[in-house]
Amino acid sequence: MTVSVESRASKQAKKVALWLATFLLMLVMCVPGLWVVLSAFRPNREILAKPPVWVPEELSLVNFGKIFGFGAEQVGIPVGSYFTNSLIIALTSTVIALIIGVAGGYSFARYRFRFKGGIFLGLMLFRAVPGIALSLPVFMMWSRLGLVDTKLGLIIVYVSLNVPFTIWLIDGFFRQIPQALSEAAQVDGCTRWQAFWKIEFPLAKSGIAAAGVFAFLTSWNEFALASQLTRSTDSKTLPVGLLDFTAQFTIDWAGMCAMAVIIIIPALILTFIVQKHLIAGLTFGGVKG
Amino acid sequence: MAEITLEKVVKKYGAVGVVHGIDLSIAHQEFVVLVGPSGCGKSTTLRMIAGLEDITGGLVKIGGQVVNDLPPRKRNISMVFQNYALYPHMNVRDNLGFGLKIAGQSAPEIAKRVAEAADILGLAPLLDRTPAELSGGQRQRVAMGRAIVRNPDAFLFDEPLSNLDAKLRGQMRAEIKKLHQKVKTTVVYVTHDQVEAMTLADRIVVMKDGHIEQVGTPMEVFNHPLSTFVATFIGSPPMNLLPGLIEGSTVRLADGTGVPVPDRLKQFVRDGMAVQLGIRPDDISPVGHGLSQDGPGAEVALTVDLAEPLGMESLIYTRLAGQEVQAKLYGPRIVQPGEVLTFRLALDRAHLFDAATGKSVRAQ
Ligand SMILES: Nc1ncnc2c1ncn2[C@@H]1O[C@H](COP(=O)(O)OP(=O)(O)OP(=O)(O)O)[C@@H](O)[C@H]1O
Ligand SMILES: [Mg+2]
Repeated sequence: MTVSVESRASKQAKKVALWLATFLLMLVMCVPGLWVVLSAFRPNREILAKPPVWVPEELSLVNFGKIFGFGAEQVGIPVGSYFTNSLIIALTSTVIALIIGVAGGYSFARYRFRFKGGIFLGLMLFRAVPGIALSLPVFMMWSRLGLVDTKLGLIIVYVSLNVPFTIWLIDGFFRQIPQALSEAAQVDGCTRWQAFWKIEFPLAKSGIAAAGVFAFLTSWNEFALASQLTRSTDSKTLPVGLLDFTAQFTIDWAGMCAMAVIIIIPALILTFIVQKHLIAGLTFGGVKG
Repeated sequence: MAEITLEKVVKKYGAVGVVHGIDLSIAHQEFVVLVGPSGCGKSTTLRMIAGLEDITGGLVKIGGQVVNDLPPRKRNISMVFQNYALYPHMNVRDNLGFGLKIAGQSAPEIAKRVAEAADILGLAPLLDRTPAELSGGQRQRVAMGRAIVRNPDAFLFDEPLSNLDAKLRGQMRAEIKKLHQKVKTTVVYVTHDQVEAMTLADRIVVMKDGHIEQVGTPMEVFNHPLSTFVATFIGSPPMNLLPGLIEGSTVRLADGTGVPVPDRLKQFVRDGMAVQLGIRPDDISPVGHGLSQDGPGAEVALTVDLAEPLGMESLIYTRLAGQEVQAKLYGPRIVQPGEVLTFRLALDRAHLFDAATGKSVRAQ
């Protein structure tokens, strides 16, 4: 009896410890984010107060009004164009990376061809190179080609950054779909192409969506390369635009935080979508008994 | 009319030959079973008929038309896969109707034919479920329903029952047989289970290493195996094979025992020929416990090494001419190891194979 009581107590202790550890971890991860969000709604003077004001005294949307150019105070930062640039660049590069990812992933999953292993390894190794290491060569090439400070320039960079990942992820999803399904569809009267669109594509859809969201987030949040390759409102993206809030002697923390929130919101929405898709997963009940 | 003809069909993967020139013709409405050990090329042959595998050499004809270069969808065949290959994202109704929809049939027509097929296979209550919500046997039925709904020229089955447990396998085997009696379509059925082959087939094609060993009705293949391979592959437990030498009209076994050459085989043997004498366990039975007691036979006393009672019959392991053989005892009699019984060999049903080639002496 005593043994079981003891073990129950130690189980309880373990549980508490686990909760505590989880809580601390979440605290470390979430507090900076929360602080940013909170700061977005507070005036600069409260943000910079010493000692810090932990519980906000006033919350307002003034900072957002400021950066979007309405309200009494205004900052001369073209957040609207940055937002549009970010959206165009992230969406376009994501769509292209997905198209290449689906074609490439499907080929790797279904066909045999020469140097398949080598090509795949090459793609993965390319992904292992930190983007910033490529920034100088890319900058030199792009300046020759006149692609510096253009949306196209950044789109190309982001596509090549994302393609290895989308191919890898989508390849994995197609691999899980038994070849017999496409064969059954072909016997049922489909062309190879129809079998792909009617059977294999719908089954890989959640994987493709997940790859799309990841690619979008990568492009949306990318700072290092964008800061080198963009100059003006023609191509500057939101993360680069954040730097506009730092003047020589002052930093407009309130505005910066408000803009950070604007960057975070689409990312958050998309993360929720990807979560749903990843959890939904795939059901292969039709294949294995 | 949908007869299927294979002429010298060859399949190679790169330099490796898998099917080495198969000739086979399957009649309209015939149920043909391809049987053989794992890796002998059954699936490959079936997939070449389906159009899922390129044909390296030779001709495949369906209904008289050469189909070598036709894609699967133009061959008007349907196929049931080993893992069923049901579309996981569609319910049973859509799985059944998929082929008709692709073919551009009208919605009422599709509904009507799906209902018919569902009726035949007892799927009506399951139409709105997805494959994940079905049991193995139900999935199997859906796969068959998907095959019959399009009214094809031929059905191809690739080990459709191998994922089911023994009991369900027996039930589904009977259902396939009934289905064939109902819809009367040409069937090519692949299995490595000789019981399925025996029970379902109009004709059995026994394959080995990419060759056809023998083609015939189940009874022909069972009663007149053309090689030791077929003799031991078809029939369970397998036929006993005893090496021996022909001396006049006697087979001299390894330990010197002489066994008369069966009358019907006398003309095929010559003196000094090395042979294997084949006797099925059913033809070695204790006196009074055999299948038939008439016809020529030899009686010999043997010691029981092991007995496996199976209810109305027992399988007995004993030694004959210095070699382990299996014998059958019919009737509910308990046999103890070490017991000595008089066995009767039904020699008129014995087989002789050329020891050098493994072929039946009749095939020489
Ligand atoms: N894509 C391939 N590349 C190379 N060899 C292959 C390929 N597919 C099959 N084979 C070989 O062809 C031979 C015949 O294969 P097949 O699938 O037809 O055998 P099977 O008779 O259906 O066997 P099982 O009863 O195990 O299904 C096997 O030796 C196999 O290894
Ligand atoms: Mg097979």
